[in-house]
Order: sequence, then structure tokens, then C-alpha cells
Amino acid sequence: MNRFDYVRAQTVAEAVSAASEPGAAYLAAGTNLLDLMKGGVTRPNRLVDVTHLPDLDRIERLPDGGFRVGALVRNSDLAYDPTFAKAYPSVAEALLSGASAQLRNAATVAGNLMQRTRCPYFYDPASACNKREPGAGCEARGGETRLHAILGWSEHCIATHPSDFCVSLVALDAEVEIAGHEGTRKVSLDAFHRLPGDAPQHESVLTPGELIVALHLPAASAAFADHSRYMKIRDRTSYAFAVVSAAASLRLDHGRIVEGRLALGGVALKPWRAREAEVVLAGAEISETLFRQAADAALVAAKPSGDNAFKIELARRLIVRTLARAAAGTPARMPALPASAFASEKDTLHA
Amino acid sequence: MGQHDSLTVSLRVNGEPHDIALDDPRVTLLDLLRERLGLTGSKKGCDRGQCGACTVLVDGRRVNSCLSLAISLDGSEITTIEGLAQGDTLHPVQAAFIAHDGFQCGFCTPGQIMSAVGLIREGHAGDDPERVREAMSGNLCRCGAYIGITEAVLDAQARMASDRQGEAA
Ligand SMILES: Cc1cc2nc3c(=O)[nH]c(=O)nc-3n(C[C@H](O)[C@H](O)[C@H](O)COP(=O)(O)OP(=O)(O)OC[C@H]3O[C@@H](n4cnc5c(N)ncnc54)[C@H](O)[C@@H]3O)c2cc1C
Ligand code: SF4
Ligand code: FES
Ligand code: FES
Repeated sequence: MNRFDYVRAQTVAEAVSAASEPGAAYLAAGTNLLDLMKGGVTRPNRLVDVTHLPDLDRIERLPDGGFRVGALVRNSDLAYDPTFAKAYPSVAEALLSGASAQLRNAATVAGNLMQRTRCPYFYDPASACNKREPGAGCEARGGETRLHAILGWSEHCIATHPSDFCVSLVALDAEVEIAGHEGTRKVSLDAFHRLPGDAPQHESVLTPGELIVALHLPAASAAFADHSRYMKIRDRTSYAFAVVSAAASLRLDHGRIVEGRLALGGVALKPWRAREAEVVLAGAEISETLFRQAADAALVAAKPSGDNAFKIELARRLIVRTLARAAAGTPARMPALPASAFASEKDTLHA
Repeated sequence: MGQHDSLTVSLRVNGEPHDIALDDPRVTLLDLLRERLGLTGSKKGCDRGQCGACTVLVDGRRVNSCLSLAISLDGSEITTIEGLAQGDTLHPVQAAFIAHDGFQCGFCTPGQIMSAVGLIREGHAGDDPERVREAMSGNLCRCGAYIGITEAVLDAQARMASDRQGEAA
């Protein structure tokens, strides 16, 4: 790990000003940042510790019924908050399918959004990586691409965003509240992360010094609470990143879908909102055929970025199964194995 | 705001207050415990959040000490494996690991036990072995003592609940 200056911010304004210097980085729980620094993947010369900032660790119910979740709320505290989890159960399920209990106890909401890709070539300073070093090339091309993208990638970078949390959030129109030099602004989570294009080093819309202060979930999205699920395919039952994941939320009226939401994880450099599929679902009668059509629509533009064409078919089947689970209804209690395909649940469909 | 030239971190570790001067902010909680305080019970398996051998409680919550920057935890209360037993009386989780053969080589065991103590406090798993296994997934055991570990956690949890009831009665 390189040497760095340690700055403990006491106010948001202090944090923003201390982190605006080139080479500075925010430190939250450190579960991603310290890992990257130990591997020499990132080398910030100043860490601005935000964990002592007051008031950013609160989960607030707003007067309009929506939620404002402070940037420092720990992943486990949000997942186990009874009112939040009741309103947005697929978000709680996604959170509990990520990492381990220890990591979730530490990891913050903002840190989860800002976590970096798990591309093994990004993690290996000896490999060429456009994200680490713009213009260096991308060693993942032609390499091991099991965790790489099938949507929205470019020849410059084929990495994926590893968060589970973000997938359920983007399906439910979450927004990010950001503090900067000129006060605060709000950006939809869908517009927050950037696709790689020809500049994969630019990962989000944050400008230097900008600090995530909260996450907002609209009241309207709680209307999906009775039919919201998250599913995640991983290489072992627990404590592994998604190969492919899906979040599905439905609003039903007598077997007909009034409105459907679908998002995918592990497929692109951002949590992938599948709006084409939502058009197919809107107003339609529930059926396996419908779910297959929705899955096809979601994956029209999918193409392998290497030796990973299997992910397209895997995503197709996972979408059908997640929609079926959502249609069957949110379970009264969080499943013993959150988001798992191996859980002994009464799935209506084994796609 | 302080651009700290001399860094001091104040922690309560197993009930004892410590003010520790750090010459460098890079020290993780794990390295601080092992190398500055001589508490070598917490193990360094991967040093990257992937194995759970370094699990300790920070303010009562289990976390990976290898991915925690010590200076950032200023003011916290830390509990390590060394802080569980009361003199010669083992903590119920420690006793249950012995009774149920919850280990072979023992390298992962301090982390397993601290994780189990955290799990029982969290109280989400109940008496369902599947939920216990899921909630213990952040602790790997290369010896594969998982069956004994799950039994030990369930048994310790039941004992601690009945002890509490006994006290209340
Ligand atoms: C072994 C392992 C397994 C994991 N498995 C999963 C998994 O299955 N699913 C999953 O989703 N995640 C997984 N994770 C990742 C984990 O979710 C992240 O490490 C965690 O969410 C990061 O949060 P943090 O508070 O520790 O952030 P930090 O590590 O402190 O920071 C992460 C990044 O966010 C920036 N940042 C932090 N706070 C702010 C802020 N307020 N505003 C702007 N920028 C900020 C930092 O500068 C840094 O770049 C895993 C991690 C490990 C180590
Ligand atoms: S896929 Fe992206 S992150 Fe991975 S090596 Fe290529 S440029 Fe780097
Ligand atoms: S040593 Fe901390 S998780 Fe492995
Ligand atoms: S007892 Fe040997 S690693 Fe668990």
C-alpha cells in the first residue's frame, strides 16, 4: 500500500474541499478501497475519511412516503430495517445476497454504489487495463471473461459493475443525492454510472470532490412491494459475485401486469435497466410465454464480449425465473438463502 | 478537520482503554491488534476480506479487521477472541466449538467464533441450520469442519437463550 495523508472530515463542506485535490479519495468502510490499495490497483495520496460525518447514517421516511437513506448507512442495517425492507423487499434481498455478513456490517450505501469492477485484469497491475491506465489497452479481451459484459460494452472495456444492491435500486427508480462545491444535486441511479465508451476511466457522473450524501427511493416504487424479487447466479451458493443477476418488480391487478420493472446485474458496466422488457410486460396477462418474450426483449442487443456467450442464455432463463418468482409474490420472510436459485422455494417455473 | 501529523487512535480493546500512537495511517485494525497489542488470536488468512479469519467485533458488530483502517475506528470498542472467556470459564460459543468438534487445525477458529458471537447477537438466523450456514458464509474453513461449526453455533445460541431465561426467572 502506498503512503497517504489521512484527513478526517467533520462536515460535508470540509470533505468536499479536502477531496477536490487531485489524487484524493473518500474512505468509507474501506472494504473495497483498502483491498484495491493493498494490491496497488489504486494509489490515492490522500484519504478523506467520511465515516465520522454527522447525520449521514440515518434512514428517514419522508413526508411523501419515500425514503432517504444516508450515505453512511451500513448495508446490513438497511437490509434489516423493517419498514424499509417491507417497502422495498427486492432491495433488501439484493443486499443480503452480497458479500458476507461481516462485510455487510461494515460496507456503506455510498461505498456499495462506488465499488469498482471485479475484472481480474483491472485487479492485476501487471495487466494492461484502460480503466487503470487510459490508453494502455484491455487485457480482458481474449482472456477469462466469465464475469464480463454482454451489454453496453465497448472495445475499450468489457468489465461489469459488481453491485447487487444497485440492480434492485435501479429497477425502482432510485436517485442519488450528491453534495459538491455548488450545493447538492440529485441524479437518477440509472444515469449515475457510465458505460465505458472510449473512456472507461470515467465510471460515474461525480466530478472531483463530489460526495454522495444520500440515496432516495420514491414512494411510488413501494407499490411493487408485494411482487418484488432479486435472483443471483454465482459460482458458489453464498459469498460470491454475480455471474448474472436479475431484479423484477410487478404491480398486478387480477392476474394482469399493470406495470413491470426489470434490471440485470453482472452483464454491463452499470446496473442494467431493461426497459424494452418492461414495455412487453405492461398491461399483459401473466404467462410463461410472456416472461420469455420479456427476456428476449431485454437481451435483443446482447452480444458476447469474449468466451461468455453462455451468459446470454443464462440471463434469459434467470429473467424468466425471477419474473415468475415476483409474480408468485414476495415471501413473508426473507428466504434462508437470499436470491438463490438453489433455495427450496415453490417456484412456478424452472426455466 | 485534522491533517494528522502525529496520529493517535483511542480504542477500548477487550474492555481496556488504549491510546496508540501510529507513525503511519496505513495500519489496519488486524495489524494493530497483532503487531502493536500482541493479540495474535485474530488471524491473517487472506488479508483481503475473503476468508473471515480476522473477524472481530467493532462496537458489538462482526467485521473483517483486515479491511478496516485502524485510525478510522478512533473511539470504538473492539472485542477479540482473547476477550471472550471470563478467566478460566470459556464463553458458551467457545465451549460449544469444543463440544461439537467445530475445528481441526484451528486456524480459522478465532474468526469462526467471533463471527458466531456476532451472528447470535444479530439474531436473524433463529434455529434454522440453513440460515446459520448462510450467515456464517463469510468464514471459510479449509479443514471443512462446517458440520461441527453449524452444530456449535446452534447449540451455543440455544444455551445462551436458556441461560438468559434462567437469569430472568
Ligand atoms: C470478498 C468480498 C466479496 C464481496 N462480494 C460482494 C457481492 O457479492 N456483491 C456486492 O454487491 N458487493 C460485494 N462486495 C463489495 C462490497 O459491497 C463493497 O466493498 C462495499 O459495498 C464498499 O463499501 P465501503 O463502505 O467499504 O466503501 P469503501 O471501500 O470505503 O469505498 C469504495 C469506493 O467508494 C468511494 N466512496 C465511499 N463513500 C463515498 C461517498 N459518500 N461519496 C463518493 N464516493 C464514496 C471511495 O472513494 C471508494 O472509491 C464484496 C467485497 C469483498 C471484499
Ligand atoms: S475489461 Fe475494463 S477493467 Fe478489465 S482490463 Fe479491460 S479495460 Fe480494464
Ligand atoms: S484475513 Fe481478513 S478476511 Fe481473510
Ligand atoms: S479448522 Fe482448519 S481451517 Fe478451519
